[in-house]
Amino acid sequence: MSQAARVERPGILWAAPALVFFGLFGLGPVVVVAYLSFTQWNGLETPVWVGMENWQALPGDPNVGHGLLISLGLTSLCWLTQTPLAIMFGAWAAGKQRIRAVASAIFFLPLLLSTAAIALIWRALLDPNFGLAPDIGPFMGLPNGNFLGNGSIALYVIAFVILWQFLPFHMLLYQAAARDIPRNFYEAAEIDGASRLQQFFSITVPQLRNTIIASSILIIVNSMTFFETVLLLTNGGPGTATRILPLHMYFRGFSGFEMGYASAIAVVLVAVGTTLSLLIVRITGYSKMTSQREGA
Amino acid sequence: MRYMSRPHLIGSAALALVVGATSACGTSGPGEESGGGSEGGLEVWALEDATVNPIVQQGIEQFNESSDVSAELTTYVNDAYKQKLQVAMGSPNAPDVFFNWGGGNLAQYVNSDQVVNLSPYMEDDPELRESFLPSVLDVAEIDGEYYGVPMLGVQPIVLFYNKQVFEDAGIEPPETYADLLDAIDTFKEQDIIPVSLAGAQGWTELMWLEYLTDRLGGKGVFDAIAAGEEGSWQDPALLEALSMCRDLAERGAFGSNFSSIDYDNGSASSLLASGKAAMMLMGTWELGTQTDRNPEFVESGNFAYTDFPTMEDGEGEPNAIVGNPSNYFSINSDTENEEAAVDFLTNTVTSDQYVEGLIEAGQVPAVEGIEDQFSSSDTPEFSEFTYNLVSDAPSFTQSWDQAVDPATAEAMLTNLQQVFLGDTTPEEFGEAMEQQR
Repeated sequence: MSQAARVERPGILWAAPALVFFGLFGLGPVVVVAYLSFTQWNGLETPVWVGMENWQALPGDPNVGHGLLISLGLTSLCWLTQTPLAIMFGAWAAGKQRIRAVASAIFFLPLLLSTAAIALIWRALLDPNFGLAPDIGPFMGLPNGNFLGNGSIALYVIAFVILWQFLPFHMLLYQAAARDIPRNFYEAAEIDGASRLQQFFSITVPQLRNTIIASSILIIVNSMTFFETVLLLTNGGPGTATRILPLHMYFRGFSGFEMGYASAIAVVLVAVGTTLSLLIVRITGYSKMTSQREGA
Repeated sequence: MRYMSRPHLIGSAALALVVGATSACGTSGPGEESGGGSEGGLEVWALEDATVNPIVQQGIEQFNESSDVSAELTTYVNDAYKQKLQVAMGSPNAPDVFFNWGGGNLAQYVNSDQVVNLSPYMEDDPELRESFLPSVLDVAEIDGEYYGVPMLGVQPIVLFYNKQVFEDAGIEPPETYADLLDAIDTFKEQDIIPVSLAGAQGWTELMWLEYLTDRLGGKGVFDAIAAGEEGSWQDPALLEALSMCRDLAERGAFGSNFSSIDYDNGSASSLLASGKAAMMLMGTWELGTQTDRNPEFVESGNFAYTDFPTMEDGEGEPNAIVGNPSNYFSINSDTENEEAAVDFLTNTVTSDQYVEGLIEAGQVPAVEGIEDQFSSSDTPEFSEFTYNLVSDAPSFTQSWDQAVDPATAEAMLTNLQQVFLGDTTPEEFGEAMEQQR
């Protein structure tokens, strides 16, 4: 029966809708952008082929190297803050107590808000004259409430807002995964006399391994292309202190109308993003992963 | 209520979110289908502006009554307009008549043959050309030909101040640069921010550089930059002006947290209105912003203004001004109704009714001989002040970020913000911009 079904299944045809969509909206634009990166184009006239000119200009643009560094910095900050907190909250929320269910329902609220709304709300809160910043600032060593205008702090503020926004999502992943850990692991551990802390580190965390990897890939790939929050919170400022690479691409493309040059930056971003996710998949052995459930 | 195009907050966000969708559903105007270069119709694009749109709309209705071709107004929020227009002009969905800023912004479209040359029409009708203030009309002149007609009031940059705050401190508004420095020190001692500066947005800082450069080195410094002359970004007057900007920031003229203050959300204006700040350098549209956000400030009479301080040893003219001479209507060369479009520009935008409407709305139209009409304005003194400022000015330099091409403007604003923060020296600014040229 299954043999027959396999023969009858028109493989390519079945995959065609997905392939066409991916080709049209995934690969197609990448190819066009790659072409545009060899042209000079202001969006009005026909693109003019300029060969390697845009690419040769990249190393001389201080904002490219700087932007890439900040992008990577922001990515690490996001991963370092979101992962441990999400595991802790997720494991806590996985418990069956009613109070935990209520607390996590409230905690999921940021998930319902759009990124732009979140960024604008935080921007208003952090306004140094009319927001909460002048009231909070003195407790944090910033008497003038200059959170977003201070080059050495602004990036951390952004990471905090991103954390606030995305923590619930990753917490949800961990909560679901933690609930799937068989009870008898914990029962056995208790009989052996393991403390709650030992149980957490020796059972919960190892059992969440696959989820950690999945959530990490999401965090890293997302924050490499992260854009709206930074645009709305600091607009890349003060100066260029938080001008991450995607933002620099946007400014060059849509303020400067240098679409060709912006395309070259876009190609760099695609390359960096792809490399990073491939690396993670390789290092963690994500592709060879199997279920760790009992009996699987 | 700003007529400048700045890539700023909400609009940029909106653009980022809907960038894929805009070309599909751009027309938000009322009424029937309105594809650009539209058949049988005249698509007019302008900025969304509560006080000016009704006047333009009225003009369009008047035009429609007498013309076979019916015009339709579509408005966009300030922020995304420049980007929207740039994308649309490269496509078949372009407007027939479009709002623009003249200068480098318009030149871009002219260079790709997308704008109708209005000079022949002006030669046929010399009165048309003579009806506008020459210094304003000239901004729409590219390579000796006219490509646009002013459709809004003049918007020079002036120094606004809070009268109450000055009275409390017992000092007079500054007339010279030395006065300004003294005033800054006085206010600092009293824990008042001397000058409200929306440093989160580079264009507000640019206003300081524009005036300081003009006062120090005269109009020629920027003319050379606009003409793309070699070394023009390293002119000694420009470098001196840049270090003065930096000195002002270091002196505390803008307070300690200016780099996180925003203009678009009204913070900078509210600082002035609430008396937390004493002065603010801004375009005349600030009146609209304050009327909108802090009406009690305007009514109280504490909303005051003066021209930018003079500089004793500067080479520039003491009463020269910078800012936005006006906004312009231009015609897309792909339009199928060129004659109707020209008719709209020549007859509607210069009509008495249109000009009166602008004056009533507090604008100062770029039209000759209107000084006795200001009594109908809501703020006649301010209209008169603006008119005299512009008529007495030996030169009216266009805002630099509008006058140069978009890529240069972007680099200039970025580098300038770094100068204000002290991350970049004036010399490094000059070198970076010289490379860009």
